[in-house]
Amino acid sequence: MVTNITNLGRSGLSDWLLQRVSAVVLALYTLFIVGFLLLSPGLDYAAWSGLFSATWMRIFSLLAFISLAAHAWVGLWTVTTDYLKSTGVRLAVQLIIILAIFVFLVWGITVLWGA
Amino acid sequence: MSKLQVSLYRYNPETDSAPYMQEFQVDTQGRDLMVLDVLHLAKEQDNGLAFRRSCREGVCGSDGMNMNGKNGLACITPLSEVVKGNKLTLRPLPGLPVIRDLVVDMGLFYQQYERIQPYLQNDEPAPAIERLQSPEERDKLDGLYECILCACCSTACPSFWWNPEKFVGPAGLLQSYRFLADSRDTATRERLTDLEDPFSVFRCRGIMNCVAVCPKGLNPTRAIGKIREMLLADAT
Amino acid sequence: MSTMRSLSFDAIIIGGGGAGLRAALELAKSGKKTAVLSKVFPTRSHTVSAQGGITCAIASADPDDDWRWHMYDTVKGGDYIADQDASEYMCSEGPKAVFELEHMGLPFSRFDNGRIYQRPFGGQSKDFGKGGQAARTCAAADRTGHALLHTLYQNNLKNNTTFLNEWYAVDLVKNADGDVVGCIAMDIETGEVVHVKSKATVMATGGAGRIFASTTNALINTGDGIGMALRAGFPMQDMEMWQFHPTGIYGAGTLVTEGCRGEGGYLVNKDGERFMERYAPNAKDLAGRDVVARSMVMEILEGRGCGEKGDHVFLKLDHLGEDVLGKRLPGIVELSKTFAHVDPAKEPIPVVPTCHYMMGGIPTNVHGQAIMQDADGNDQIVGGLFACGEAACVSVHGANRLGGNSLLDLVVFGRAAGMFIEGALNEGIEYLEASESDVQSAMKRITRWNESEDGETVPELKRDLQDIMQTSFGVFREEKNMQEGVKRLEELRERIANAYLPDKSHTFNTARVEALELDNLMEVAEATAIAALERKESRGAHSRYDYPDRDDVNWLKHSLYFPAEKRLGKRDVNFAPKTVDMFEPKVRTY
Repeated sequence: MVTNITNLGRSGLSDWLLQRVSAVVLALYTLFIVGFLLLSPGLDYAAWSGLFSATWMRIFSLLAFISLAAHAWVGLWTVTTDYLKSTGVRLAVQLIIILAIFVFLVWGITVLWGA
Repeated sequence: MSKLQVSLYRYNPETDSAPYMQEFQVDTQGRDLMVLDVLHLAKEQDNGLAFRRSCREGVCGSDGMNMNGKNGLACITPLSEVVKGNKLTLRPLPGLPVIRDLVVDMGLFYQQYERIQPYLQNDEPAPAIERLQSPEERDKLDGLYECILCACCSTACPSFWWNPEKFVGPAGLLQSYRFLADSRDTATRERLTDLEDPFSVFRCRGIMNCVAVCPKGLNPTRAIGKIREMLLADAT
Repeated sequence: MSTMRSLSFDAIIIGGGGAGLRAALELAKSGKKTAVLSKVFPTRSHTVSAQGGITCAIASADPDDDWRWHMYDTVKGGDYIADQDASEYMCSEGPKAVFELEHMGLPFSRFDNGRIYQRPFGGQSKDFGKGGQAARTCAAADRTGHALLHTLYQNNLKNNTTFLNEWYAVDLVKNADGDVVGCIAMDIETGEVVHVKSKATVMATGGAGRIFASTTNALINTGDGIGMALRAGFPMQDMEMWQFHPTGIYGAGTLVTEGCRGEGGYLVNKDGERFMERYAPNAKDLAGRDVVARSMVMEILEGRGCGEKGDHVFLKLDHLGEDVLGKRLPGIVELSKTFAHVDPAKEPIPVVPTCHYMMGGIPTNVHGQAIMQDADGNDQIVGGLFACGEAACVSVHGANRLGGNSLLDLVVFGRAAGMFIEGALNEGIEYLEASESDVQSAMKRITRWNESEDGETVPELKRDLQDIMQTSFGVFREEKNMQEGVKRLEELRERIANAYLPDKSHTFNTARVEALELDNLMEVAEATAIAALERKESRGAHSRYDYPDRDDVNWLKHSLYFPAEKRLGKRDVNFAPKTVDMFEPKVRTY
């Protein structure tokens, strides 16, 4: 058995599952936003901020952000283990990725709930 | 009649500092020979040409190689199937270290095969006759047990190229599923536990090169999908 | 050469096919220090090409089946020079060996009741030939050899057998007493030559079909074990007996299993006539292989062959339907399309008798111990040397092997040799160490090739050898033609002794391996030729125009070829089975 560090979950299976579930959430979120934009031809700031002040939309958006973070991490971790064969370089790149994802996530949350 | 242009990958570590391509002119007398026959004709021109071969009928898996860019068995690949513009380029299977010419070191490939414990495990005492198995249960092994370990699939798989030590590869996983699917095998749980890390099975990206090149027409990607299903069923 | 590295084992098994792997498995389980030395990765061995199945009275297709009936068929099939004690052992121990394979995981095809699928094969009968056709060949579709070889390899992995893969055994090392105490072997990948010491050396090197130009055999079947044993001075038994399989694909030589006829296929001539009805009214297309092959040649010689040149016949399968073909004969469909450009569901396959199996080999007893003769013609055990599988002549195949009996031979006698060696090692085996000069004399041959400076090269010599054998020692044989063949072989031996190896490199030098193989082909060819010339009768696969009848007065015997004098002697056939009455020689009809 390969006893490498796993990333988010405890196993390859949970990573794999997470990747698929997060993809579904992101797909739904994308469809929703695109649909909203198409159905709101005269969209203004009031309507847009109105949408995001609704609690269900904030929860939906947060779910999408978390999904995006998880999806990005699993995907990028995989890419780094495929192509970066030097452990030092790989670790450094992975730390940068973690930091970036963390920053974007916190930033997203403050945008959502901070207003 | 013009002769077939054959471009062969050559490397002898004793005399060559680097591999190179050597051109041969092979007289096929207009016949639709197998690629292996062409190699034998080339070897008569240069006795030092090294390649593996045994059964010459596609069941032993010795002569897997890369023919005009696609992996396959030289002995059952007719020229009409691969030659384009009267030119044939033969290279060793990609992704494994070359020992000499078309002969690669299959060590990593065999290690991954051994890792999946490719043998029946049954902890119950054997009966005095055979273990019974219904034709339907036996049918589940079709498309799995026929693998000849030629390595065409695994060496066509980018995931295996990048992680040959950790990703079992299509050939090994096909055999893994051959035992997972066998009604006589009782080590299912242990086998699955050994496969649930992020590399062994889950490095498969569904590229399906394995399916495209398998000379026996087997489908490792489908078997990998079945293993994932079993892992999922086992964990949830 | 005192710098040569040496390795030591309790037992070394030369050859990684079915017989070698079965013997190795037995020894690995017992914890003896064992290695399998194979010139190819084990699953590339020729056992992988066996298609139709393993014949054995496991009483699945017929609950009343009896191993004695199988023994009767075997003895009759061998035209009465199969040893009856050995045939008894094989047929009675067989079920145990087959069930073991199943327990190891061999994916046999199944009947609806869950038992192993059995199909009819040639020469099979119920009730000692009186009960009609039997179905006794256990099958994994038409890939039984592949399934069997992989299963054995897998179980050797499970039991941690040591493998020296892609190592080539060059010659046997004998001590001052004449015992075999190991061999000289070459690691093909590095070219390093190593002295392998062992208390038991098992020849599981398979056949030598490559002495013929047209053969179903793999390119690796060059009779290496036979060559080594002959050079070491040991006699060979029944080397004139070569089986020509009725159905090799015309032009390509690849095998089409007898299982095709077992499943209901049959042979037709150019008039579409099912001609086997004339030659074997009862068994028809499922008569012994020698009978069917001869009948096909008769049809061709009498102008009823198919194709433009009228030099082959057709195997008709289309009436079986795509379902049966897909389920029972999928590999044949594949092979026919690839090598004959024919879809057997629509058109018949062009076939011709093709060299397939060597019934002769190193004479052994049922424990796999090699046998030679002392000055008075009595059997004598060769110390340290064992053989099993096609390289051995136990003899259970006599003058003609029955279909499906080769796989049974492999597992039964591979297993038996393993068990016997385990016991012998437990009791303790001590032989004299080989001296420096003993080792040197085993190095002679490879040294000659390595020092060769000029001369003819291997491919042309090999082609000449195959041409001689094909021309003079084929399905039908005749004195004058064979004398000519023997003479040409003598000349060829001279030429090979002066041949040249241009490539002297070390890394994976396949040219060197092929040169060493050529020597072995030469040994086998000459033993075959002289034995065939001297056996003045027709029996089983050995069929002569000038002596068309079986001669039980003079030739109800094994032939024994002595390499030193190139002389053919005789050895008694065993007619003393332990638990059944012996089968009297009778006229053999199907």
